[in-house]
Amino acid sequence: MGFPILSLTTFLPLVGALLIIVFARGDDDAVVARNARGTALWTSLVTFLLSLLIWVGFDPADPGFQMVERVELFPAFSMTYQMGVDGISIFFVLLSTFLTPLCILSSWGAVETRVKEYMISFLVLETLMVGMFCALDLVLFYVFFEGVLIPMFLIIGVWGGARRVYAAFKFFLYTLTGSVLMLLAILAMYFTSGTTDLIANLGYGFPAAMQTWLWLAFFASFAVKVPMWPVHTWLPDAHVEAPTAGSVILAGVLLKMGGYGFLRFSLPMFPEASEMFAPLVFALSVVAIIYTSLVALAQEDMKKLIAYSSVAHMGFVTIGIFTRTQQGIEGAIFQMLSHGIVSGALFLCVGVVYDRMHTREIARYGGLVHRMPKYAFVFMVFTLGAVGLPGTSGFVGEFLTLVGAFLVNTWLAFFAATGLILGAMYMLYLYRRVIFGKLVHEDLKGITDLNWREAAIMAPLVLMVLWMGINPGVFLDSISGSVAHLLDGQPIRAAADGATVLQAAQR
Amino acid sequence: MYAAAVFLPLLAATIAGLFGRQIGDRGAQLVTCSAICVSALLSVIIFVEVALGGEARQIELFEWIRSGTFEASWALRFDTLSAVMLIVVTFVSAAVHIYSIGYMHHDPHVPRFMAYLSLFTFSMLMLVTADNLLQLFFGWEGVGLCSYLLIGFWFDRPSANAAAIKAFIVNRVGDFGFALGILSVYFIFDSIVFDTIFAAAPQHAGTVMSFLDLDLPALEIACFLLFIGAMGKSAQLGLHTWLPDAMEGPTPVSALIHAATMVTAGVFMVARLSPLFEYAPGTLGFVAFIGATTAFFAATVGLVQNDIKRVIAYSTCSQLGYMFFAAGVSAYPAAIFHLMTHAFFKALLFLGAGSVIHAMSDEQDMQKMGGIWRMIPVTYVLMWIGSLALAGIPIFAGYYSKDMILESAWGAHTGIGDYAFWMGIAAAVMTAFYSWRLIFMTFHGQPRASEIVMAHVHESPPVMIGPLVFLAIGAVFAGLVGYEAFVGDGMHRFWGDSILILPEHRAMEAAHHAPAWVKLLPLVMGVTGIALAWLFYMAAPGLPGRLAGSLKPLYLFLLNKWYFDELYDRIFVRPAFALGRGLWKGGDGAIIDGLGPDGLAATTRRIAVQTSRLQSGYVYHYAFAMLIGVVMLISWYLYRQGM
Repeated sequence: MGFPILSLTTFLPLVGALLIIVFARGDDDAVVARNARGTALWTSLVTFLLSLLIWVGFDPADPGFQMVERVELFPAFSMTYQMGVDGISIFFVLLSTFLTPLCILSSWGAVETRVKEYMISFLVLETLMVGMFCALDLVLFYVFFEGVLIPMFLIIGVWGGARRVYAAFKFFLYTLTGSVLMLLAILAMYFTSGTTDLIANLGYGFPAAMQTWLWLAFFASFAVKVPMWPVHTWLPDAHVEAPTAGSVILAGVLLKMGGYGFLRFSLPMFPEASEMFAPLVFALSVVAIIYTSLVALAQEDMKKLIAYSSVAHMGFVTIGIFTRTQQGIEGAIFQMLSHGIVSGALFLCVGVVYDRMHTREIARYGGLVHRMPKYAFVFMVFTLGAVGLPGTSGFVGEFLTLVGAFLVNTWLAFFAATGLILGAMYMLYLYRRVIFGKLVHEDLKGITDLNWREAAIMAPLVLMVLWMGINPGVFLDSISGSVAHLLDGQPIRAAADGATVLQAAQR
Repeated sequence: MYAAAVFLPLLAATIAGLFGRQIGDRGAQLVTCSAICVSALLSVIIFVEVALGGEARQIELFEWIRSGTFEASWALRFDTLSAVMLIVVTFVSAAVHIYSIGYMHHDPHVPRFMAYLSLFTFSMLMLVTADNLLQLFFGWEGVGLCSYLLIGFWFDRPSANAAAIKAFIVNRVGDFGFALGILSVYFIFDSIVFDTIFAAAPQHAGTVMSFLDLDLPALEIACFLLFIGAMGKSAQLGLHTWLPDAMEGPTPVSALIHAATMVTAGVFMVARLSPLFEYAPGTLGFVAFIGATTAFFAATVGLVQNDIKRVIAYSTCSQLGYMFFAAGVSAYPAAIFHLMTHAFFKALLFLGAGSVIHAMSDEQDMQKMGGIWRMIPVTYVLMWIGSLALAGIPIFAGYYSKDMILESAWGAHTGIGDYAFWMGIAAAVMTAFYSWRLIFMTFHGQPRASEIVMAHVHESPPVMIGPLVFLAIGAVFAGLVGYEAFVGDGMHRFWGDSILILPEHRAMEAAHHAPAWVKLLPLVMGVTGIALAWLFYMAAPGLPGRLAGSLKPLYLFLLNKWYFDELYDRIFVRPAFALGRGLWKGGDGAIIDGLGPDGLAATTRRIAVQTSRLQSGYVYHYAFAMLIGVVMLISWYLYRQGM
């Protein structure tokens, strides 16, 4: 085992949190807050730089786990501390470390109460997120997976809006219900395979009858996280009540835990069950795309609208994953990364005007372009990313997903593609109501454009949206090997090959 | 050099867009105009080398998306077809850029406007030089975005915002088909690169695939879906409703995007994909049917509109119909020929209309114009040239291209060809009628504007007239000059491999041998239309009113554009919003939350309350409960013993 870079990246934020606890104390609240902010920002920035080294050291040609670290914890239970990344997880690690400093920066002026505790929560959250994506042991994974709930619950419940307690509990109940079933499934797996080593379990091959139950148990947990229709109603409430940075992490990373779980557990460990349940997933996803898009159209609250759009976008992800084609899965992963950036950025955009006007009601805005041209520009870029315009990151994932869907079933592609129309409808309608039009509301006439700190947050996001849209190959190349490897174990053909399918359809 | 022609406008757009405040209006105009002019010069060189010299080439820039066998690169394809489009796009765009300096001079957002125009030009160039379907889609969506931004350029106006969104959404409906079309092509060919799919098309002529549980010829499905996209972009019947509303944008935009270039992208796409469409005869028939019907429909609506720009917009819609039915009878060269001549004379008409609007202090209603031809004589003459070209009067550009289309439709000798021919003839008479109706209402008769407006009427500055003259030269000579190469004897050599026409599709050969009446009829119709317009609006000005009165239902039907907007509003727009609200309040609120978390919470609370009621504090309650428990325990014990 070489340099433990994954553990370092994972636990560095925790060290930062400890530093805040130990050193950021005193009678002067302002000084404490300043120190806490500074420490948190620097910690998260160093963490991000460190995580870039993971990418540097990553070998796209190797489809297996890389940079694996292994420490025997309880040999009696064959439980290990094991970390590692492959093409599926590496960019989720980077996404987490990329978004955290932006979140901390965005909370600079927005959070004024209990700043110290807020920053601690965020750093702990970062550790848990990164750990979750690196964990290669069932129990370790479970600990991180569930642990994420706690700081998020606190962030919503303590620093949230008016109905924050309702939202926090709804969020907690929904996600915990699923998790309990997952814990049972993990226990069952341990008693069957005799180990909690994730890599060993990947190769174990569970009996088909058992797969069904295990798949359902994991599904209960992941479907809530994604969230899939109809267990999505916690998301709009959680988003609306969460502080801006909380929404960013929630949409940017936490929703991806579900998709990642499907790819890490459901597909490779329960391939037969995955094939059996794929139609169910498709049906729920298509409903999600159409249903939540229509619901988004009717929203009056900016955050709710974007929250519903997240459900629709994640519908593409679940379709892509369960097409079990090279394009579908790569598209799903890419869509998750893109959505993490775009929807995170959109929540930040809402945060910008919320900080100024303290309302998220769409009707209270209009004509912002007159006072905020820079804001209008970045908002437009992210809107287009959400609409999936070619040249933005949103297009690549969405289109590859559709390719996968079409290869599996044309009806599926047909219904999923309606998302192209509906997505444009609710996003452009939102943009028009907020940005365009005359500046009629008196209180908006003094609103100011992005300040340097906000511009510094938006700039990297804009660049990412364009980079991922114009040159996605940089990312796809690292992803494809592991996806192909994953598909090798699937009951159907490994890589999508249009010609074969067509001949099957020929008579 | 080849890449520079495409990317210079992007560079200019970036500079003008991001640093507009630093470089100022002048700077932005200078940067964008010089970039597009250089681009136009390069296009000429490319045209000479590629189209005349016959040296088609591809330039691969870098990889875009690769996943499994799904591969798409950023690559530029230069063959005769794209070289022709390059000329059309850069020339009209250059004219519009320069014209905009004058037209937009008092607008507070000049840099933004120029940046959008250049960004549009870049997207359009990416579209016409695309080497695979995905890049075509990139350009396709890019021009759609710019169209959206430019229609809504005056973002203060609610009508402009609504029109912008409508344009984007209706186009997205088309793109829905386009995207599925691309997916079908990939499904069939395992590739979306033009060279690969074109080469493989013949062997898939008999392939059947299953789409939405229908087993149909694979190429028919792919081409049909792709054509849905073309219908959206080129405003064909059913998906045309956005185009008239798009006139909310500044007039230079209407000229460039909604007349000369973007709306013709659908025609270009069908011509570009002719190696596929040729093997999809059913879809070709559909293309011809939609084109012919649109040509007729839009012309009827154009007869009664009063907004000067809307008349020209419907005219555009109608002319696009001509191009499509030409493509539908495999006369792709004729379609592209008309696309080229149309770009010149329709841009001329729009910019001329802009000059009129400019002179009339931003008035667009022709009912409030009249009697101004002496005051703006240059504009007046230029509008005549544009109209003569549009009506297809000899030596003017439209004569050559439009007649070729009509003769090809006749020459197809199919039912659908005959339908297209007669629809085209009917549209021709209406085209001439509404063109001269426009001229007479705008320039002749008694002045109907207020005195303040009339006192202010002035000829446009040279920076606006210059581009108009340039376009007018094109509108006069483009047909004459291009005829031989585009659709004449030099046709096959000129187009080379860029357009495929199967030997059995003989419409264009037959067109050259059409009888005299077929060749003469369009001209007769054009002259008849002009004469009718003269009768209605000069000789007997009371006639239109009386006619409208006696045929009121028909008049209203046409005035309201066949009620498409009302219909769509009822069927799609309002139900979508109502459904959204219903699903939100009813689905999410009442059912999911009601039965799910909220219901569960309420139930838990109710049980808790009832349970707590048991703890009443009275000893006899507890004693009674205990007694019952004891009795039950004993009974159970005895029951077990008895077993």
